[in-house]
Amino acid sequence: MSPMANLFRKLAYGLLAVILVASLAANWLAPGGYAKQYREAAGAPPSHAHWLGTDDIGRDRFARILFGTRISLLLAPAAALLSVFLAALVGGLAGYLGGMWLRAAMALINLFLSLPWLFLLITVRALLPLNVPPLVSVMVTFLMLGMLGWTSAARVLCNTAASLRESDFVRQAQASGIRGARLFWIHVLPNLKPVLLAQFWISIPAFILSEANLGILGLGVAEPMPSWGSLLKELEGLVSVGEEPWKFVPLVLLIAVVTSFQFLLSQQEEVAP
Amino acid sequence: MLKTITRHGLEVVAVLLLGGFLSATLVRLAPGFATDEGLLDPHLNTASLQALRQARTAQSNIFRFYFHALSRALHGDLGTSISLGQPVTTLLRERLPLTLRLVGIGLLLSWSLAMALALSAAWLRTSAYDALTTAMSGLFLCLPAAVLALLSVLWNAPAALVVGLIVFPQVFRYARNLLTKAYSQLHVVSARAKGLSEWRILFWHVVPVVAPQLLAVGGISVSIAVGSAIPVEALCGLAGVGQLAWQAALARDLPLLTNITILVTLVTLLANSGADIIGQLLRGQEA
Amino acid sequence: MTSRHLFFKVSRRLAAGVFVCLSLSILAAGQGELRFCLRSEPKTFDPLKVEDDASVAIRYLTGGGLVRLNRQTQVLEPELAESWKVSKDGRQITFKLRSGVSFSDGTPFSADDVAYTVQQLMDPALHSPVGDSFRSGPGNVDTKILSPTQISITFPAPVAGLDRQFDQVAMLSAHSPKKENAVLGPFLLADYKPGATVLLKRNPNYWKSDAQGHKLPYLASIRLDIQANRDVELLRFKRGEIDLINAIDSEYFDKLQQTSPQLVHDAGASLDSEQMWFNEVAKSPLPDYKKAWFRSAAFRRAVSEAINRDDLSRVVFRGHAQAAIGPISPANKFWFNAKLKPQSYAPEAALKALQAEGFRLENGALKDATGHEVVFSIITNSGNKYRERMATMIQEDLQKIGVHVNVVTLDFPSLIERMTQTFDYEAILLGLTNVGLDPNDQMNVWLSSSDNHQWNPSEKSPETAWEAEIDKLMRAQASFADAKKRKESFDRVQEIVVEQAPFIYLVNRNALSAVAAKVQGVAPVILSPQTYWNVELLSVK
Repeated sequence: MSPMANLFRKLAYGLLAVILVASLAANWLAPGGYAKQYREAAGAPPSHAHWLGTDDIGRDRFARILFGTRISLLLAPAAALLSVFLAALVGGLAGYLGGMWLRAAMALINLFLSLPWLFLLITVRALLPLNVPPLVSVMVTFLMLGMLGWTSAARVLCNTAASLRESDFVRQAQASGIRGARLFWIHVLPNLKPVLLAQFWISIPAFILSEANLGILGLGVAEPMPSWGSLLKELEGLVSVGEEPWKFVPLVLLIAVVTSFQFLLSQQEEVAP
Repeated sequence: MLKTITRHGLEVVAVLLLGGFLSATLVRLAPGFATDEGLLDPHLNTASLQALRQARTAQSNIFRFYFHALSRALHGDLGTSISLGQPVTTLLRERLPLTLRLVGIGLLLSWSLAMALALSAAWLRTSAYDALTTAMSGLFLCLPAAVLALLSVLWNAPAALVVGLIVFPQVFRYARNLLTKAYSQLHVVSARAKGLSEWRILFWHVVPVVAPQLLAVGGISVSIAVGSAIPVEALCGLAGVGQLAWQAALARDLPLLTNITILVTLVTLLANSGADIIGQLLRGQEA
Repeated sequence: MTSRHLFFKVSRRLAAGVFVCLSLSILAAGQGELRFCLRSEPKTFDPLKVEDDASVAIRYLTGGGLVRLNRQTQVLEPELAESWKVSKDGRQITFKLRSGVSFSDGTPFSADDVAYTVQQLMDPALHSPVGDSFRSGPGNVDTKILSPTQISITFPAPVAGLDRQFDQVAMLSAHSPKKENAVLGPFLLADYKPGATVLLKRNPNYWKSDAQGHKLPYLASIRLDIQANRDVELLRFKRGEIDLINAIDSEYFDKLQQTSPQLVHDAGASLDSEQMWFNEVAKSPLPDYKKAWFRSAAFRRAVSEAINRDDLSRVVFRGHAQAAIGPISPANKFWFNAKLKPQSYAPEAALKALQAEGFRLENGALKDATGHEVVFSIITNSGNKYRERMATMIQEDLQKIGVHVNVVTLDFPSLIERMTQTFDYEAILLGLTNVGLDPNDQMNVWLSSSDNHQWNPSEKSPETAWEAEIDKLMRAQASFADAKKRKESFDRVQEIVVEQAPFIYLVNRNALSAVAAKVQGVAPVILSPQTYWNVELLSVK
């Protein structure tokens, strides 16, 4: 590995570690809490008391970012893993079994890609009680996202797995007596890795943003609890871009995290034999 | 060959019908189906509110709705939108060209950018460049679509660029991973060591390996682009099918939504079957 | 002789024609186009069916009525009717029409058209808000044309504020082949691109002239862009692509004020109110102990007292709102009951009142007499950031008296279903916009038998004594023709509502607007349409 790559890797680990520790130490770093409304200082710019200013009803933005990190950075990767798992299951298996199974899976995926899932989410909200704790609501939301977000990866996997079936080395392996789950595990799955990693990486920010958008249906994190998605939504009202640069902090943080993730994952891929 | 085409055609029709039925069911079962904002108008008297409710519940039996819609559709009548009061056919005909152009140009932009960056990353293979491209695609992945759309209004940029930038990181990530993987294969590495030209390696050793997957990515990128048309059109104030879909969703406009879903399903199917057929042709050549 | 005479006549006509063309071109060049945004697709261009805001705006710009409420002075003024008279019993109105007026396509306007419009409006199958406002009892409406410029209309039962109701009625032509596209207002519909724009052109046959005798309107056209996003609207205003914003968001108002204070106008508190209410429906799926809280006036009053309204208007609306007092905004000069005073923020008093009702505070959580913790949810419609913020601030306020509130945002159809059909909610925070001046506008909100009696709709008979009293008072005020007597009754209604707090009124928003410097003649007011109520007198430099 080049020294440069090594440096990046260390940086990425370092950044993720700092963010993780900071979010776990949120109670101590931001003793005011995420919900306290400093009504005399609503919409204030950064100051000694509020490092990143306050939001529209006077809540400390720094505290909200720290607490929001806990929610988003724990749940989004978990949901992304779920979607990767589902994609591998449906796409990998269908591609591996081939024939009728593959065609059925493709049809299912195409159908899945075009349905208005919004209405399923609205229905899910109706099934939840109104007084649901914010944490439960946000967990349900990420669960739904994970369960609905697997299709694009599965679509690519179907094709990858189908072409792998016809490839020389799988035929050779079959000839040498490797079959079934073992064949799938040793020879097929590793080749699906680039697609699965891509899916994982894309899903994290996509889910973080979708969670905030699902707020319009009454799903997702509920007031006063913060999430990165709800913090990023602040940018939407920022017509005069650049006047309040501190509002970009959540965005910068998210990009840094997503880039670090990608860097560690792709490094790992290259290190692996 | 004819048999394959017939089978494909039947499959498409079956998926379309199923898609229409499922989407109609989803809309019907979601809360708020039989409501109308007019119900809150204090000027309306009981008889008028009753009439308003009746108009809404007329379509509440989903099987009957679907059966009627289907028999009408066979005569070329797609029904009338509840919220806009116009025939669905007219609405779609007026708005389809704009969306097709938006999505088409957006796809072109996203693929050009994604392939240029992914290829250069695979060729250069330096960590710094890799980090740079990753951060750049990360930026567009992390920016909410609404912010991108607002920026395009702010800077007078065409909306197709927004669609392009929404689709770009998704295509880029798959393409980069697939290309990196292909370039790390033994025979490519040895071809490089032998000093073959990069273009030759690309077209002889890399493209045949990644083509099927990239085509599949192509298929899904169409779905992503069509999906992104909804927020982009709604925010940029473009009168396309995406904006229509959003209005229809808010108004629980069953006939309109069902038809838009069928249309989107059709586009998805065509894009994906197209990608599959090209993929099969390529593989056939290879064999 | 005859030929010379003819020549003279022709040349004079020509000269007159040239003069008219010249003056028109000068006017047209001088006035140009006014552009602003509609926030939703107009649902109809038929003035009688209008119910949504966008359609109301277009009706205002294109429709000609017999009378018009002056949005500035709040006085009813003659328009196509030179004068009118309402009978003592409030059932009959007689109009004397202006003569020499014609529709945009040249068809002359007469009593025939009024009769036709009223018959169309009162068609029982129409089901429009405007029509229903006139439908005070069963039976048919009788129109009697006394002369081409005189008509009397008799309703089966008294209609309260009968003359004022005609402000909403745009006259249709009985004879024009263009049907509802023949209009009497200052502008006519020239082009409509669904989802994008509505283009209105000057009505060449508009009857009004200014004091100097110039034909009105000054503007040549109005371009309405359909744009739901407020951020985009502001951007386009800043770039000069649109000329005005009605009801601009308060934070954008402040931002614009910092850079260009001459463009923004705060006309003061409007009639619009934001309010919350508890579910008092007996058959709702809520547990009995919650129903008991919500049906207790003491509980509702305590919640009302524990809300810091001044903070709401100061923080959420950046000072561009006033703490609400009751059902009628103080801006409604005639109908507001001046005896009512703003609810002061008194969490300690609220807690005391609750304790007197058997509630008790344990470890910071309020519990009722049966030991149930006081927890409820407030629903509001998603996408309205002000309501979301108000709900979040109320959440913190009520936490101080140990009440735990969950804030839930729902899309509008889901919310309406919970509110009107399933009654599966605890509290709702919503607002009323474009409220009319006359209390009869809210008749269906106050009558306990009505479907729009939100906290407990369609009661078979009034479930409480105070609701029965409101019913009686509302019916009584509607039957009086004398405004003073009506006000006495309605003053009492306001007192009861404040006392019983079925609605907890939060704030009255100010009427904020922004108008580009090039638009001349604007005088923003609190009544809708705030900035372009005098549209025929506006011009663009």
